[in-house]
Amino acid sequence: MRLLPLFGAFVNSRQTSDVGCRRSEDEAGDQKSDFRKYNIADPQLILTAQPVRQGYALGMRMDIEQIKRGIESKNSRALAKAISLVEDGAEEADQLLASLDASRIESSAVIGITGAPGAGKSTLTDKLVAVCRERGKRVGVIAIDPSSPISGGAIHGDRIRMMQHALDQDVVVRSMATRGRLGGLCAAAGAASRIMASAGCDPIIIETVGVGQSEMDIIRIADVTALVSAPGLGDDIQALKAGLLEVADLMVVNKADKPGAEMLAMELNEIARAKGRQVMMTVAAQGQGVSELLDAMLEIFETKRASGQRDQQRAECRNMEVVDWGLEMLRPYLYAQSLEQDQKTGGDPRIRAKEIVDRLFPASTW
Amino acid sequence: MAQEGKRYRILIGKPGLDGHDRGAKCIARALRDNGFEVVYTGIRRTAEEIAVAAIQEDVDAVGLSSLSGAHLQLFPEVIQSLKKHDAADIPVIGGGIIPEEDMPVLKEHGVKAVFTPGTSMDEIIATFRGLCE
Repeated sequence: MRLLPLFGAFVNSRQTSDVGCRRSEDEAGDQKSDFRKYNIADPQLILTAQPVRQGYALGMRMDIEQIKRGIESKNSRALAKAISLVEDGAEEADQLLASLDASRIESSAVIGITGAPGAGKSTLTDKLVAVCRERGKRVGVIAIDPSSPISGGAIHGDRIRMMQHALDQDVVVRSMATRGRLGGLCAAAGAASRIMASAGCDPIIIETVGVGQSEMDIIRIADVTALVSAPGLGDDIQALKAGLLEVADLMVVNKADKPGAEMLAMELNEIARAKGRQVMMTVAAQGQGVSELLDAMLEIFETKRASGQRDQQRAECRNMEVVDWGLEMLRPYLYAQSLEQDQKTGGDPRIRAKEIVDRLFPASTW
Repeated sequence: MAQEGKRYRILIGKPGLDGHDRGAKCIARALRDNGFEVVYTGIRRTAEEIAVAAIQEDVDAVGLSSLSGAHLQLFPEVIQSLKKHDAADIPVIGGGIIPEEDMPVLKEHGVKAVFTPGTSMDEIIATFRGLCE
């Protein structure tokens, strides 16, 4: 009998998810009418016509100047508001991003933690934070989780593993959802890491969603990326397929006290040695090997910085981020345009896309 | 899928020693299914931990769950902690096994709404949405 109300609630939640589907269709309709509202006839205009969220800042108790000052003085509310502004595409975001402290961004290390679901990324991140704190460093953590493709919602559980640092003002944790973006990151991850750096965090640890075989956006955005695996998650063929192995700076065998860890380490070593990479063993739950892992990552960071490789990597990353933001800003316009096209003539989606792009950027202009 | 613009962010927390988190998880999942981004902080947190997490995550509302009878102590504590950190504008909702006579007491302390096992999920979602808007 006691189970009945719970079951009822479950049924309810299923029903509401259907409502979610309908709602997203409505939103798509709204978006279209939004663009009509902006009256974009001239394609050149769209570069300045982003969906505007006017008045969003009015709802908060902090204005943009307070937020800027707050970042400078390491106020955690201001920092959180700043990330939201960028994440939500608010109008004030550009003004904020332009005001960030370039020298702090320059000097802080961005560390990427990626790997399969259940490999222990959150636990490892938590322990890396602990080691950083022992060394007196102020740390930023960006924990990314997938958004639901149906409702657009998300559940962030990474904080559960990091609550030991909850009251530490020098540990800044932000959960972010992918919001439709593939590749294991969210569009605002780069901007969020720069905001954290500007607020004095060094290093900044970005924990990606649990990734499979090809999501490797993290290697662009992080200065050093560790790929975390654990015994029992898949056979060695999975490891061979994984493009991530080729691009990570370092491989970590977590849960090294479990059966099969040695075997996994040996297999990874074969790939790693050929590329001049290290394989490290950790038992994150007990904190074993974590200090050594942080040392190894910071050493790679310093080597890359000294050789100029990091600057090159960051410059390339910025270019890619510009492309990403550009596409992100064009997306609603492209969608509206595709709705405008004569649906009856059909036409292959690639042909239709080319038609829109050609209209936007006539061949003569570039 | 809408990718632009604001998504409402909610923190679901369980203050105190109560470890019964099925209700909290159920609410979290329903919110997710309705397009909210939910930060779940797990069981056995202090009021202060929940308040600080709510600020760092810049959530639009906090939902607290308690099934062990300590709500009169713990829910107001979270509100006090938020006040202490200059974040009294983040609304707090409570839910769980809460006797009817306690509801006005909680509301007096600033809890915006109280839900019990009979409350429909639609009502809960609508209340969260209303507080976020």
